[in-house]
Amino acid sequence: MGKTFRGGVHPLGHKELSRDIPFETYLPQGEMVYPLGQHIGRPASPIVKKGDRVLAGQLIAEASAFVSANIVSGCSGTVKAVDKHRTIAGTMAECVIIENDGLYETVPGVGTLVDFHTLSREEIIAKVKKAGIIGMGGAGFPTHVKLMPKDPDAIRYVIVNGAECEPYITCDDQLMRTHANDIITGLRVLLSLFPNARGVIVIEDNKKEAIRAMETAASGSKGISVKAVPVKYPQGGERSCISVVTGAHYGITQLPADVGCIVDNVGTVYAIYKAVCESTPLMERGITITGEAVNTPHNYMTRIGVSCRELLEHAGGLKESGAVKVMAGGPMMGIAFDSLDVPMCKNNNAFTFLASDEVAEAQKIQTACIRCGRCVRVCPQGLTPQLMSAALEKKDYDRYENKLHGLECISCGSCTFICPAKRPLTQEFKVAKAEIMAAKRAAQAKEGAKS
Amino acid sequence: MSAIIIATIVLAAVGIVVGAGLVYIGNKFHVDVDERETAIRDVLPGNNCGACGYAGCDAVAAAIVAGEASAAACPVGGSAVAEQINTIMGTHAEAAARKVAFVKCNGSCENTQVRSNYTGINDCRALALAGLNPWECMHGCLGFGSCASVCPQNAITVKDGVALVDAEKCVGCGLCVKECPKNLIELIPYGQIRAVQCVNTDKGKDVKDVCAVGCIGCKICTRQCVTGAITVENNVAHIDYELCTDCGACAAKCPRKTIRK
Repeated sequence: MGKTFRGGVHPLGHKELSRDIPFETYLPQGEMVYPLGQHIGRPASPIVKKGDRVLAGQLIAEASAFVSANIVSGCSGTVKAVDKHRTIAGTMAECVIIENDGLYETVPGVGTLVDFHTLSREEIIAKVKKAGIIGMGGAGFPTHVKLMPKDPDAIRYVIVNGAECEPYITCDDQLMRTHANDIITGLRVLLSLFPNARGVIVIEDNKKEAIRAMETAASGSKGISVKAVPVKYPQGGERSCISVVTGAHYGITQLPADVGCIVDNVGTVYAIYKAVCESTPLMERGITITGEAVNTPHNYMTRIGVSCRELLEHAGGLKESGAVKVMAGGPMMGIAFDSLDVPMCKNNNAFTFLASDEVAEAQKIQTACIRCGRCVRVCPQGLTPQLMSAALEKKDYDRYENKLHGLECISCGSCTFICPAKRPLTQEFKVAKAEIMAAKRAAQAKEGAKS
Repeated sequence: MSAIIIATIVLAAVGIVVGAGLVYIGNKFHVDVDERETAIRDVLPGNNCGACGYAGCDAVAAAIVAGEASAAACPVGGSAVAEQINTIMGTHAEAAARKVAFVKCNGSCENTQVRSNYTGINDCRALALAGLNPWECMHGCLGFGSCASVCPQNAITVKDGVALVDAEKCVGCGLCVKECPKNLIELIPYGQIRAVQCVNTDKGKDVKDVCAVGCIGCKICTRQCVTGAITVENNVAHIDYELCTDCGACAAKCPRKTIRK
């Protein structure tokens, strides 16, 4: 066993469903929908209106604040509306809806090869920002913000996160197998921004082919290494990656840049390569369509904005027994949604169709907390889920936030997974975090109104 | 014999000294309590529910005497208590109209449909904060009874997926109004029958698709109203209870049966 991070669990991988299925490039034919708020931060502001003709690769919504991201059309066609549309979150959100003409006419200049050595630091970041790249592992944090830490010289490691610890998902695995050289070039672009940094690619050791491909591509590149790490969930968490690479256990109020690290998903690094070296904005990504309820699981390289229904139908639809639950992402951190007519966003790495709902089964046998402490042992953040849950039962948000540091929970679901009493701990914490943040925003608004 | 006399004298002397000391200390540390405060405290319900916004009945009594709170500050006691407080304070009885909570949704299982099964914590706020909604209508009552769980009077029940307030039990404390994540609950005058049971701001067609009794913003009710109490804003009707005479003309003509009869 190599060095590993604190806590963690071992859920069943289920990766055999789709791990060896090569990417299929799919150009969607149906309507494309682009939610304006698919990243962390302020939603983008649309710059197209109903009736406009757009081309693939054209900017359709602009970043509206420092922490915000551009949105680029993945198809050519006519803007049908800028209106509310159902999204994966279950709510109706403002979206740009494009009637796809299926021609895929691209904006001139897309695909022009550029040698990144000729670009300055500012030019590279401007290209990343213009391409609308966000964290593609799931969180969706705008990448150009991440690339501008206070002190670029203090960054010691650029970590490429290829752990893909979430069950079922295999698109990062496929991406590393097929686009290893591009990812390495993307990493070299990143390293050119941080002169004192080394590049480390973290991959869980159940992805032998990916490790081999990345090692081959990285051989000969100075300062780039591949690190195979033991399989353990949540290895793909930012802190878990930093922990295995640097051995640093850093304070919960610190950010990765504070310990000299930048962590980016392999998908993000690939998108950076495409944006900087091939002048192609973020309009496609890899996504896994999988689960026991799907006839033929697939790994797709497809355009962002395609509807979940179209992808599922192309993948051969559902088995006769049907699905009981569909998740955006995997079963540990993914969110369930209730309509297939929702668009795939920049940060969706999988649609998982489950044939059995383990959460519903678990709820039937839920009991009181038996204080076994397993949740404390598995928490990768070193929190005490049992005490946090007890505080929430009394609605003691102050204790939750300040004494137990409940806002540091990363919602990985390890505590809920291990709990023998089947308590819905992660959901409780998600609600509590949302309540606390809502109260903070309300207090801020009040403060703002006063002054 | 003399021992008895000495003991009596000593005891008497000690008694006088201690007594005088107590009188002196009593005077020295005397705190003036406004007797009205005690009187008000006696007429208040005394269950320290906090619905008035003060720490308890003592605190609100002090606030009333200090002039910070009105005589009708106690929502639980209602007009009866307000009247007694007015007598104590010597102020004029304000017409403290009793208010009761009202849920602005009638999207029961019959009128709208469940679009997805939800498993997890049975609490409306848990759903709403995660952006979840198991019903077809995105605006209506979630039916997990967060309002019922905070009601100190047990006046709220969830029936067929919609919360229902028992106006007889409701004391108008407003705790449910704050709790509801969908902002569906409003305080309306006690006895008021006509009220709009919908908050859906979508366009008429979209409302029809998801609910049999949702307001489509057709404005028929505004034309029926002789006092001009009904306005339609954002595709949903609203009644101004100051102007409403509760005549029922609007409810009789409402094509969607959205207004309570």
